[in-house]
Amino acid sequence: MQNYDQLKNEILENINNASNLDELEKVRVNSIGKKGKLSVFMKQLGSLEPSKRKETGQKLNLIQKDILASIDNKRNVLGKQQLEKRLENEKIDISLPVRPEGTGRIHPLSRTMDEVISIFSQMGFTVAEGPDIETDYYNFTALNIPEEHPARQEHDTFYFHPDENGDRKVLRTHTSPVQIRTMENTKPPIRVIVPGRTYRSDHDATHSPMFHQCEGLVIGDNLNMGHLKGCLIDFCRVFFGVEDLPVRFRPSYFPFTEPSAEVDIGCSRKGGELKIGAGEEWLEILGSGMVNPRVLKNSGINPDQYQGFAFGMGLERIAMLKYGIPDLRPFFESDLRWMKHYGFMPFDVTSIHYGAN
Amino acid sequence: MKFTLNWLFDHLETDKTLQEITNKLSMIGLEVEEIDDKSEKLKDFLIAKVIDARPHPNADRLKILSVDDNSGNLHQVICGAPNATKDLVGVFAKPGMYIPGTNLKLTVGEIRGEKSYGMMCSERELEISDEHDGIIELESDVEIGENYAKWAGLDDPIITIGITPNRADCLGVRGIARDLAASGCGRLKPLNLKNIKGTFESPKIFSVSEEVNEKKLVPVLTSRYFKNLNNCNSPRWMQQRLTAIGQRPISALVDITNYVMFDLNRPLHAYDGEKISGDKLEVRFPNKGEKITALNEKEYCLSQDDLIISDKKGADDLAGIMGGLRTGVSDETKEMFLEIAIFDPIHVSKTGRELNLHSDARYRFERGLDQATPEWVHNYVSGLVLDICGGEVSHVQTIGSGQNWQREITFETEKVFQLTGVRIDNKTIHQIFSDLGFDVVKGKKTWIVKPPSWRNDIDGSADLVEEIIRIYGYENIPELKLFNKHVIPKPAITRENKRLITIKNMLAGRGLIETVTYSFLSSREAKIFFPGNIEKLQISNPISTDLDCMRPSLLPNLLSCGSRNFKRDEEHASIFEVGPIFIGQLPEDQIVNIGGLRFGKTAYKDWTNYGRSYDWLDAKADIEAVLKTCGLDPSKMQLRSSPVNWFHPGRSGVFSLGKNEIAHFGEIHPSLLEDFNLKTNAVGFEINIEKVPLPKKTSSVKKLLFLDNLQEVTRDFAFIINKRISSGEITRMITSSDKDNIKEVRVFDLYEGEKINKDEKSFGVTVIFQPKEKSFSEKNLDEFSKNIISIISNKFGGYLRD
Repeated sequence: MQNYDQLKNEILENINNASNLDELEKVRVNSIGKKGKLSVFMKQLGSLEPSKRKETGQKLNLIQKDILASIDNKRNVLGKQQLEKRLENEKIDISLPVRPEGTGRIHPLSRTMDEVISIFSQMGFTVAEGPDIETDYYNFTALNIPEEHPARQEHDTFYFHPDENGDRKVLRTHTSPVQIRTMENTKPPIRVIVPGRTYRSDHDATHSPMFHQCEGLVIGDNLNMGHLKGCLIDFCRVFFGVEDLPVRFRPSYFPFTEPSAEVDIGCSRKGGELKIGAGEEWLEILGSGMVNPRVLKNSGINPDQYQGFAFGMGLERIAMLKYGIPDLRPFFESDLRWMKHYGFMPFDVTSIHYGAN
Repeated sequence: MKFTLNWLFDHLETDKTLQEITNKLSMIGLEVEEIDDKSEKLKDFLIAKVIDARPHPNADRLKILSVDDNSGNLHQVICGAPNATKDLVGVFAKPGMYIPGTNLKLTVGEIRGEKSYGMMCSERELEISDEHDGIIELESDVEIGENYAKWAGLDDPIITIGITPNRADCLGVRGIARDLAASGCGRLKPLNLKNIKGTFESPKIFSVSEEVNEKKLVPVLTSRYFKNLNNCNSPRWMQQRLTAIGQRPISALVDITNYVMFDLNRPLHAYDGEKISGDKLEVRFPNKGEKITALNEKEYCLSQDDLIISDKKGADDLAGIMGGLRTGVSDETKEMFLEIAIFDPIHVSKTGRELNLHSDARYRFERGLDQATPEWVHNYVSGLVLDICGGEVSHVQTIGSGQNWQREITFETEKVFQLTGVRIDNKTIHQIFSDLGFDVVKGKKTWIVKPPSWRNDIDGSADLVEEIIRIYGYENIPELKLFNKHVIPKPAITRENKRLITIKNMLAGRGLIETVTYSFLSSREAKIFFPGNIEKLQISNPISTDLDCMRPSLLPNLLSCGSRNFKRDEEHASIFEVGPIFIGQLPEDQIVNIGGLRFGKTAYKDWTNYGRSYDWLDAKADIEAVLKTCGLDPSKMQLRSSPVNWFHPGRSGVFSLGKNEIAHFGEIHPSLLEDFNLKTNAVGFEINIEKVPLPKKTSSVKKLLFLDNLQEVTRDFAFIINKRISSGEITRMITSSDKDNIKEVRVFDLYEGEKINKDEKSFGVTVIFQPKEKSFSEKNLDEFSKNIISIISNKFGGYLRD
């Protein structure tokens, strides 16, 4: 019997001394494996006399149980140690930079256009479009700007070479020709906005030969300057995200509207920083007016039956004001640094119900 | 339009402040652009006299002045101005004062050992002009110690307003005063107008040629002759006002004509009577080859329908634009012939534009003058001339009876409410009309409104409503809502435009940055990308030769952007643009394209060694992503080598839909990279999105989804096959050979090289079989495999690799 206890102690000690899982496995094989020391005793049980057999068998079984438990226990401990060691070895420098990812951007003009459209869509406007290369008629004459009109000289128009008939096309100087195109093809009521490219032969710090405008046209019956005012005040306040934004209407002149109004929003420039919505100063952002009866007539709409209003704004300008972009020219220079800084994240979509800002 | 506050007060009696007046101006349509009030900046500068000037002991060019400002003390001032001499009267600044022209505060200085307690100022230092050659010199009889700004009239605020093209009448101070008076800012003073009788017959007369008369280009012209004049300096108040608005005083006669132009919006022309050859000035068209040297000393070659005024020696005046040098008034002028005309505005504008000659007179003539002025302005001018220069004036001579400017507009007062939404009572409407100079004949329902001679712009009811609401105040217009009812608006944009926005976001999500570039480029670049004649795309008056042609493709501008950025040390980038290209001048020749460019590496050099050079696959992936966004399956589309010459001929392709080649992609041709000076590799794509039809179905219901419950089985095949057989052909052939069972074919290997025949490639595909009703047996799979192998063998002569 003593032999058994001795063996047991010996095995338990070996288990205890195992320094890794491999050594532990060796101990297991040498003790309770097929040819292990304990197994050898177990096999010899059969040759013992029955009275001893039972007693010895019980004893050996208990020993085996202890050993198994001890191995399990040790395995757990060693496993844990080994995992800890592995994890310890696998430690990395967490401050290393990630794999480089290029992130795309949406141009601020696309974003601005989207915002303008989404706001006006709430007031029932849809988007209309027209060609960049226009006839003289649509760009000027139909809009009540005859050939020698001083307003025409101020437009700095780009011309194409005359065609076989001597007519020369122009690059549209404003989005207003789409007013005429829309009225020619649509029965009132009309409610459209026209974002698009426009062109003037002017190139300096504050002018670009190409820029973007957004035109608006509303034709119906019983529409008056009050509607113009309500519509544009709503737009300005939502677009700039200032609920009590001061908006001022001033008389002005456009050949295609009568009466005409320039629209200013309140701002302050204290300390050189422009702040929209607060302060004593005014910033001009929109031109507007009641559609001139002549323009209605030119487009085949009876001015005695219908009237309405039109407006137009420079998209770069309102983008600059809203996003604090100081200069116009970089809009078209495609400087990656500028685009990454002022551009918008691709999935940051515009939506009134998410808030247009 | 510039004027000073005191000048305005000549015409306007008011107790309003500068701020009240300028606020009102903006609110009645005369937008205030600038208010320059020097009185505050210059309030401490005094008139002082140099009592003594002696040389500086240590500096040749400097002097030590002793300056008297009537304060009881003399001030020692070191001065380097060449005109700083004893007895000079000038402008003195004491230490501690702020000098606007230098933006510095003056301190007590020490210059080469001598202390300086102040400064004698130049005009530039006071921001009066750019003059800095010497210090200001005033007349010697000026009172020492007086406030300089006040004495010089610089305390009169200068107001600049923007005048819209319809308001020619406000290109004169009186017109502005009239508008202000009408809007409740005071009372318009009557013009001090005396009837000045002539004492002799003018020795010179005007005539109008028959051709000019026929075209009615000179409706009326009045003239008067002056003699025994003394063309001295104009009075100081006149000089000060002209200087304030940026005009240089010259001599009394010139200054008077200038002053009246800005005062009454009445351009005049004054000839030196003695320089007129013969006794007649004729308004006529030029003879062939006739030239003129204008007052600006430039020579102009005249064309046949320019309107000129000529004496016996020939043309010497561009009617309504600029006088001639030969007959112009000089300091020695003793006799003056004064012309007050109405010229046809369109004709003046045309001539001015053709000669590219701008003048204050032309600006006013082409916007239309007060038609009645020839009747009375001669008296106003004569009064000024006789007062200032003495002499005598002739009887008045008039040709033409003037244009019939009187007109009647039928006006329903209800129109005011209809257009503006504001109820204004008839009494107020009537008052505004008469304050603005309109005559009103009241009827029961309608009024007859007669615009005054200075309002050529008024021609209909809408114009009249504008006058009423402008003066009544836009702030009184109510704010009305477009929708008063509960309405859910329709979509604002078309499905095409919605698709564009989705594609933009998708491309940006793929790491491309959106650009917006000009619609134009250089003809040289356009030619590379446009096979046809580019003449129709060329702008006849481009801003520069770099921007003289409409773009036939998006890629050239993207390449230029790439090149610019690369030069700025951006070694790699991905950009795209969605915008119009042009293939002609018609609306349908403008096409929305989507173009993209990637150059350099996918990423900068980094420790994970992640980056690689962009290649044609990146461009193909981009274009396929666009096509997939449009609901197309690129693997089912026709794909050929791209025929366009801006891509690498062997590394580019084009996807077609039916007959239309719609989407090109590939590596940019190396010689093009050189052309655009982009010194790295680049790939690009461009798609004509308008040619991609929108999916027809607008229903929100999606195709029903069937999920296969049985496990798919994959088999790999490696074929040796002729190089010329494309990957697409092979995969399509396998897919279509057994559509029921083959779900997908993937390319897993491609090898060309030494180990196999030169004309052959090793091409590995994974075929994925999808059972539908029951799992495949080994036998099934063997059959499928045999089938595939035999098709490759029969169709392409390919065989399994050992």
